[in-house]
Amino acid sequence: MSARTISFTLNGQKVSTEIEPHRNLVELLQRFDLFGSRESCGQGLCGCCTVLVDDLAVSACLYFGVWVDGKSITTVEALDAGGSLSKVQQAFIDCGAFQCGFCTPGFVLMAHQLLKEHPDPSDDDIRHYLAGNLCRCAAYPEIIEAVKLAARR
Amino acid sequence: MNQVGRDIPRLEVHAKVTGRAEYTHHLRLPGMLYGKVFRATVPHGRIRRIDTEAARLLPGVHRVVTGEDVRKIIAEPYYGPAFHDQPILALDKVHHVGEPVAVVLASDPHVAERAVQMIVAEYEELPAVYDEVAAMQPDVVVHDMLRPAGTFADLKHLKGRSGTNVALDYHLRRGDVDAALAGAAHVFEHTFKTQQCLHLPLEPFVSVAEPGDNTLTIYTSSQTPSFVRTEIARLFGWPENRVRVKVPFLGGGFGAKVYVKLEALVAALAVIARRPVKVALTMEEQFYMITKHATTFRIKSGVGEDGRVVARSCEVFWNGGAYADIGPRVTQKSGFTAPGPYDIENIRIDSYSLYTNRTPAGALRGFGIPQLVWAYESHTDLIARGLGIDAVEFRRNNILRGDRPQASGTAMKDAAVAAVLDTLAARIGWSRPFDRGSGTIRRGRGIAIGFKASISPTTSVAIVNVAADGSTTLYTSTVDMGQGSDTAFAQIAAEVLDVRAEDVRVVHPDTDVTPYDMGTLGSRSLFHMGNAVQLAAEDARTKLRALAAEAGLPEGTNYPPAEVFKKRFGMQAGNVIGSASYVPTYKSPDAQTGLSDNVTPFWMIGGAGVEVEVDTETGAVRVLRLVNAADCGRPINPGVARTQLSGAAIMQLGFTLSEVMQLDGGQVTNASLADYKIPGIRDIPPMENELVAAEQQSGPFGAKGLGESGTFGVSPAIANAIHDAVGVRIMELPITAEVVLRALRAQAGHPLEDE
Repeated sequence: MSARTISFTLNGQKVSTEIEPHRNLVELLQRFDLFGSRESCGQGLCGCCTVLVDDLAVSACLYFGVWVDGKSITTVEALDAGGSLSKVQQAFIDCGAFQCGFCTPGFVLMAHQLLKEHPDPSDDDIRHYLAGNLCRCAAYPEIIEAVKLAARR
Repeated sequence: MNQVGRDIPRLEVHAKVTGRAEYTHHLRLPGMLYGKVFRATVPHGRIRRIDTEAARLLPGVHRVVTGEDVRKIIAEPYYGPAFHDQPILALDKVHHVGEPVAVVLASDPHVAERAVQMIVAEYEELPAVYDEVAAMQPDVVVHDMLRPAGTFADLKHLKGRSGTNVALDYHLRRGDVDAALAGAAHVFEHTFKTQQCLHLPLEPFVSVAEPGDNTLTIYTSSQTPSFVRTEIARLFGWPENRVRVKVPFLGGGFGAKVYVKLEALVAALAVIARRPVKVALTMEEQFYMITKHATTFRIKSGVGEDGRVVARSCEVFWNGGAYADIGPRVTQKSGFTAPGPYDIENIRIDSYSLYTNRTPAGALRGFGIPQLVWAYESHTDLIARGLGIDAVEFRRNNILRGDRPQASGTAMKDAAVAAVLDTLAARIGWSRPFDRGSGTIRRGRGIAIGFKASISPTTSVAIVNVAADGSTTLYTSTVDMGQGSDTAFAQIAAEVLDVRAEDVRVVHPDTDVTPYDMGTLGSRSLFHMGNAVQLAAEDARTKLRALAAEAGLPEGTNYPPAEVFKKRFGMQAGNVIGSASYVPTYKSPDAQTGLSDNVTPFWMIGGAGVEVEVDTETGAVRVLRLVNAADCGRPINPGVARTQLSGAAIMQLGFTLSEVMQLDGGQVTNASLADYKIPGIRDIPPMENELVAAEQQSGPFGAKGLGESGTFGVSPAIANAIHDAVGVRIMELPITAEVVLRALRAQAGHPLEDE
């Protein structure tokens, strides 16, 4: 399939590239050496590939690369661009909210969207927003604590 | 400075929350080809023909490789830790659905994937066997000949066999079981079963091989870099120093990524293609790599009038699938703990590792122990109920106390069995009144404890390097897959060298650089490598003192290392290298009796107490409270230890309530996360995690392994609580709502019709 040229904003920078229409957003991001979005289940069930497209969390494994034409993408790599960690990232560290760390960027980005929409989330809000992220190490209790801590800060 | 016992964050926290931590998953090399696997579609069959022509001609395909191509570069292309039974790509026969038959190599993984679909294979189908008990009969024999590997000291006794599916049978005889059963006041007999389920790390299996000048570098998501090096070198007939194995962080392992998985395949492909080759499995493909043993456990106990168990007979059948992997060790090492942590005079154990035509089974967080605890703690609860004795009291009356020898004859030294049981009973409030619910919502409580031996004898080697500025670097081949080993070892080295743990740098496994380690498995690392790190740091400290003496500094003074180096070498120069090996003593079980007074260097104890709610109209079970307790020796990092306990318990919760690999005629019918349900954030009950601090005298600063202990008690505690709530006994995992509803309806005399 022939490649198309697309232009979009990637972590605040305007970029443009060529991409074939069958490649997903995870593959597109890898071309920019961004590996925080990770394809695991390939079905949009585990959340390991989560990125924000126009501030909305999507599963990059189910999102075609060409669809980001004209849009703005935020990946986990942008969160500490200012030189310091985001509140959510710091809270994940303080609560020990991960073990292997493979799913962590997805949880962190989803928690960002949650806190943007619900600055003072209930337990149910947290479980609802994070239901689409899986952690096989099962650091869930610590993740819930971390989200609450980030909200308090 | 007190570095041991400090609750510091893991060393790698920054890399993990920013998404910058290195995993093999991300690795790309110049000129790299992607390999996609063509897999068997029949459970047992002779390969008649593999037609790769159309795949080969697809534009963009570099080449297609079959088992016969591999045989041209490796004469005996079979691998495995216990038996050399697994071919790199199928040869002559396929033994399970999903077995790798051919690989397409292409620069673009999508092209390789499309080409795989163009391959056609024809098989002469053979009768297959799936059930572990049926496999005891040689009606269908999975392998024509069994070839023991002879690699590991504890598996040297394996014998070549033919005409059987029994890879290993372990037998233990102690006292006179038949006489004691005949004389017992009460006899109880039950059969329990567990299901085949999976590790499913979120970083699926992935390996990359890069050919060099008469060398191979393998980058792999593996828990056993040293074994990979040994096994790849053996396959090629090379010295070990021509194979380099590098392991960054792992996106989960849980026992899946041990021994050889994709490494032999990528090594062969890279040598054939003379280019770097990456094979990365999809989530679906993980269902055809390695699983947890399905089991059948027949347990029979004789109990005296005083409520003491006087005899126990255990027959355990382990469904090993098509290749032995480490199943024989599971069968033996777990086998001798089958009677549970109880002081029983007369014991008989027969434990069988069986080949079947399923996906192979290996080690999954507990090395077979959760399957055994499921049976013996469900059985224990049924005995207590049958005799009308309180379940905790019954256990108190029977558990191994003090240094009493366990079934194998090895003393339960530094094993806090009683303390774990007491902690659980106290935390769950066992003696307090309890709201048992009413109407269609009923509540119950259950408790269960289990124990495990470490794998023995195994070796760990560590190197501690103190640079001329005094900074410390630690070299080990232990793999940090989330359990926090880097951090724990840094704390141990820092304690010895009197520096801050955060300032110790830990080098990840690279067999050209880091020394030998048997593997990151079976909760062995903190004890074995922890001891090696402590000894290596002590060696470095001794050498620093010698250096100070050479530099003419007075003995007993406390000069910073940087000053010592400067004084000795006239500038910031030099190194001090401390190193040490650790291998515990071990005695093989007697071939006749299965007994040994030294089967393990330490014991792990874990248990769970639960409160559940059962909806009698739907069979749905809700866990209201889960209390976990484990003997962790002296915790090196209590925060990390607690997350290990909690994570293990939640993983076991999945194996208890939802996870099962569904089979239909050898075909897996639910090979995806959509159809195979692992715990998510909505499935987590309120939890309490109790570290029972004890002292493992032979451990590094009193510590012992903990990664699996949280799994032990969860399943039987839940079944016991369900029985307590609604009076039905579930004998097989997983305990889905449907299973409970069927049991309730059968109990009420209105069984549900079968599908």
